[in-house]
Amino acid sequence: MYALDVVDLKKTYGTRVEALKGISLTVEEGDFFALLGPNGAGKSTLIGIAASLVRPSSGDIKVFGKSVVTERSAAVAHIGLVPQEFNFNQFEKPFEILVNQAGYYGVPRELAKTRAEQYLKQLSLWDKRDVASRTLSGGMKRRLMIARAMMHTPKLLILDEPTAGVDIEIRRSMWTYLKDINRAGTTVILTTHYLEEAESLCRNIAIIDHGMIVKNTTVKALLGTLDRETFVFDLSQPLAVAPDLPDCLVHRVDDTTIEVDVPRGTELNGLFAILSAAGIGVRSMRNKANRLEELFVRLLEKPKDAA
Amino acid sequence: MSAAVRWVPFKTIVIKEINRILRIWGQTLVPPAITMTLYFLIFGQLVGSRIGEMGGHRYMDFIVPGLVMMSVIQNAYANVVSSFFGSKFGRYVEELLVSPTPNWVILAGYVSGGVLRGCMVGGIVLIVSLLFTDLSIAHPLVMLASVILAAVLFALAGFVNAVYAKKFDDISIIPTFILTPLTYLGGVFYSVSLLPEFWRNVSLANPILYTVNAFRFGVLGESDVPVGTAFAIMLVSILVLGAYCLRLLDKGVGLRA
Repeated sequence: MYALDVVDLKKTYGTRVEALKGISLTVEEGDFFALLGPNGAGKSTLIGIAASLVRPSSGDIKVFGKSVVTERSAAVAHIGLVPQEFNFNQFEKPFEILVNQAGYYGVPRELAKTRAEQYLKQLSLWDKRDVASRTLSGGMKRRLMIARAMMHTPKLLILDEPTAGVDIEIRRSMWTYLKDINRAGTTVILTTHYLEEAESLCRNIAIIDHGMIVKNTTVKALLGTLDRETFVFDLSQPLAVAPDLPDCLVHRVDDTTIEVDVPRGTELNGLFAILSAAGIGVRSMRNKANRLEELFVRLLEKPKDAA
Repeated sequence: MSAAVRWVPFKTIVIKEINRILRIWGQTLVPPAITMTLYFLIFGQLVGSRIGEMGGHRYMDFIVPGLVMMSVIQNAYANVVSSFFGSKFGRYVEELLVSPTPNWVILAGYVSGGVLRGCMVGGIVLIVSLLFTDLSIAHPLVMLASVILAAVLFALAGFVNAVYAKKFDDISIIPTFILTPLTYLGGVFYSVSLLPEFWRNVSLANPILYTVNAFRFGVLGESDVPVGTAFAIMLVSILVLGAYCLRLLDKGVGLRA
């Protein structure tokens, strides 16, 4: 059984805005799945329909076999949602917010209090349990929403850009937490703009643009389609213009830095030989971590080029 | 969701509402008590002493049930409209909308919050009234039933207002331009039997007249309208408005895209 089964899903706002144009995709139970796309691609609409906040124009989403259209209560009971915007009562305390949320899912109050303590501690919010939640920092508010989504121990956790605006340290700690949740058996679906996030967390990926699925595959397979890679060289002497090197695309970043784009599998010995022959001394070198980003841009450019 | 499990979300909403009422007691409980004390002082004590009797009772005794009911109605309405609209405005209504909580449980929870605040404020006003008059309750059960039915009815009306409201102005328009005038013209300060026949008949279209008179019958044993009719009108109005609220929730008006 799929954790999420999206069947020919369409959504039109009003009579003109087609947010989803017949999307179908499946997410396996236990998967860590990335949903990528530019702003306005339809990601949040898709998540909104899964969480029953948005009604589909046609089609259906099944959550562990239960339709959000015809068996709403049973379907949403499996979902924990972390939305993009803060949507908790800013005047309530984090502990209250969590206990109330569990209550809406039928979790008895005493058990809810135990779980609230557990999740607040796991997400380093326990010492903030009794402050007004409006006083929390952006990162704390995001973690509070993750804790809230976990209160009824959902089988499927959906996060809509959970690390937007969060500093690197907190982002990494959230990644660790999400990996642990996934390892413990919860299926996780994540939308993000940080492609590094999708690359390091997710096994499968769907790229959505203009309400359509552009690509739906494994992260590994997607990265395997890359035919070029980029190296960044720190030079020992400044360069006035980008050198012309055979079989390479060279971009001069600044006086002492160049990026060299080469066919995938190019031997580095050969590359150094070319640079040496051109009289360019290299102090250090690193691989540019742009792999998924590059594919993402390329995939989104294709439909526009076709148009 | 089984019946036992449905009880948990209902209880959660009610506890949340009670916490809200008590957290902002300076806005929810104190102002009505002060306003009603001023009514008792000015209309009951100062002006009322020159009016004489109304409907066979001291004027102060006559207005106490009306003022208590006015507090109940206004606060039951205000609680639901501000709480539910606040949850829409702050988007934390989504906490409920994404959960398996059935719509009727959401409605019952918010209406119960409104009824509780209406009863709390009504109780405070009743206690304040004891400073000005000695009340003996003629029909306690009628009094209690009329308070609860009126509170349910106007809590439901507040819910409809909150569902349609798009900005804060929208939740003050109805109380200011409809609810308050209807309350003042609903026999709180006078007996409609004093009015000319035409205006008496017009007054019979005012639902607040029935709630005030049902409560006045409970307290004083006197009413301008038959009590059975008053209860029937309240019950039918509750059923119609309750069904309408559920329809709004089922359609997701103002809540789901």
